[in-house]
Amino acid sequence: MALYSEKVMDHFRHPRNVGKLPGADGVGEVGNAKCGDIMRMYIQVDPETQVITDVKFNTFGCGSAIATSSMATEMIKGKPISEALKLTNRAVVEALDGLPTHKIHCSVLAEEAVRAAIRDYYDRNHIPYGPELAPREDPDGHEH
Amino acid sequence: MKIYADNAATTRLSDTALAAMTPCFQEVYGNPSSLHTPGQQAAEKLAAAREIFARNLNASPRELTFTSGGSEADNQALRSAAALGARRGKRHIISTKFEHHAVLHTLQALEREGFEVTLLDIPPGGVVTAEQVREAIRPDTCLVSVMFANNEIGTIQPIAEIGAVCRQAGVLFHTDAVQAAGHVPIDVEALQVDLLSLSAHKFHGPKGVGALYARRNVPLTPLIHGGAQERGKRGGTEDLPGICGAAAAFDEACADLERNAAYLTPLRDKLIAGLTAIPHTVLNGDAVRRLPGNVNVCFEGIEGESLLLLLDEKGIAASSGSACTSGSLDPSHVLLALGRPHEVAHGSLRLTLSPENRPEEIDYILEVLPGIVSYLREMSPVWDELETGRRPHLI
Repeated sequence: MALYSEKVMDHFRHPRNVGKLPGADGVGEVGNAKCGDIMRMYIQVDPETQVITDVKFNTFGCGSAIATSSMATEMIKGKPISEALKLTNRAVVEALDGLPTHKIHCSVLAEEAVRAAIRDYYDRNHIPYGPELAPREDPDGHEH
Repeated sequence: MKIYADNAATTRLSDTALAAMTPCFQEVYGNPSSLHTPGQQAAEKLAAAREIFARNLNASPRELTFTSGGSEADNQALRSAAALGARRGKRHIISTKFEHHAVLHTLQALEREGFEVTLLDIPPGGVVTAEQVREAIRPDTCLVSVMFANNEIGTIQPIAEIGAVCRQAGVLFHTDAVQAAGHVPIDVEALQVDLLSLSAHKFHGPKGVGALYARRNVPLTPLIHGGAQERGKRGGTEDLPGICGAAAAFDEACADLERNAAYLTPLRDKLIAGLTAIPHTVLNGDAVRRLPGNVNVCFEGIEGESLLLLLDEKGIAASSGSACTSGSLDPSHVLLALGRPHEVAHGSLRLTLSPENRPEEIDYILEVLPGIVSYLREMSPVWDELETGRRPHLI
């Protein structure tokens, strides 16, 4: 289908890092089923280096929701948390060679899922963080 | 295998329709409004096409106006009835919550112009009742508009009963028969319908051609002003190739109606049985009172667009009422009107068959679909919550 770029279709057809991560150090879930998309992201963090050693996702949603989740996991895997926190939805969209305008919210959701997983990791380990990591008002990335 | 199972969206042009259209491009190319021989030859074809529609609907040719399609026919039907009502001080219109947007959005426009609209609730089976219509009629009601068959769930409405209620109350009755025409028998006299819209590309005719039936005492308000074409009800040179193709397709569809229904109904029922055997899957709309080729189900825990993309990978063209396919955030208004919760409505799949679909295609669909559903459920956090009891199953 020409709706999506080849990159999006590749990540949709062959999603990377899909599944659960038993004993994950951080789990983040964003979106809601009512709106039609939920992403859950699991991360494993090396406590010494603060590097995300493994990441998995589960997504309920459209083709671009699955593709953006997949791409986001690839972009943060093996990276230090400090770097993963710099991941923007724009970067995910660019890595996928673009998304249709009405699908941009999926990339926002992917960014939020990464941040939610990191926040959960910080909470569990009583690591303080600033307001910039606090949940955003509209975690669905939707303009209601 | 390439399977086209989206015939409610549009159909493949039939050979019969194509054969009827072809001469109109280079042989009979005159303007039906012209006095000369080429023009009159075109006018004859136009009259013959109108005659075909009239005969198959039990109408008179004078009661038929060709339009650019079902949406235009719906717009013109509602606007004409509203204009007639307004002249008599009647500004109340009754319709249903699961009409096509061509009707719903026209009604919204009429509301902004001062009309009052009552939209009937949809019972769980997707079939409204004549009693609901009777109860909603008021002294100032000028029009009732109820679709013949729903475009998403294929449920067939009790048009004859509603027609009788409207006739008794002296209220005009319009039916959007876009999904029904050429698929179920239509007799405008027996059904007591005053206005009826249809669209050629839903029954293997060309796109861009529709027709509006308007009973002889119901004057139409033109939407397109121009020449005296269509007895002044629709300006613009007639699309003769399209109209001839539409008429040929309609004639063929009506002649084969019973045979097609007898062929499609068991295929439809086989699909419904096979799909609803997948756990937590529900059929949308009554199982019996539905179009012979319509299947519409919801799979819990998955989203329709990803399902469509994976089906497309397997060569199957289908449709969904998920938000992602509608271009808005809300899933299908039809499924919501039916009482499906948002999260369930997102996981809908519509498969609509035509006589061109082969029985082995149904087998193939049933072979690949359960695997795709399991794959997506496996990936879905919603399904995970449903299966681990953290979220209650809704279906």
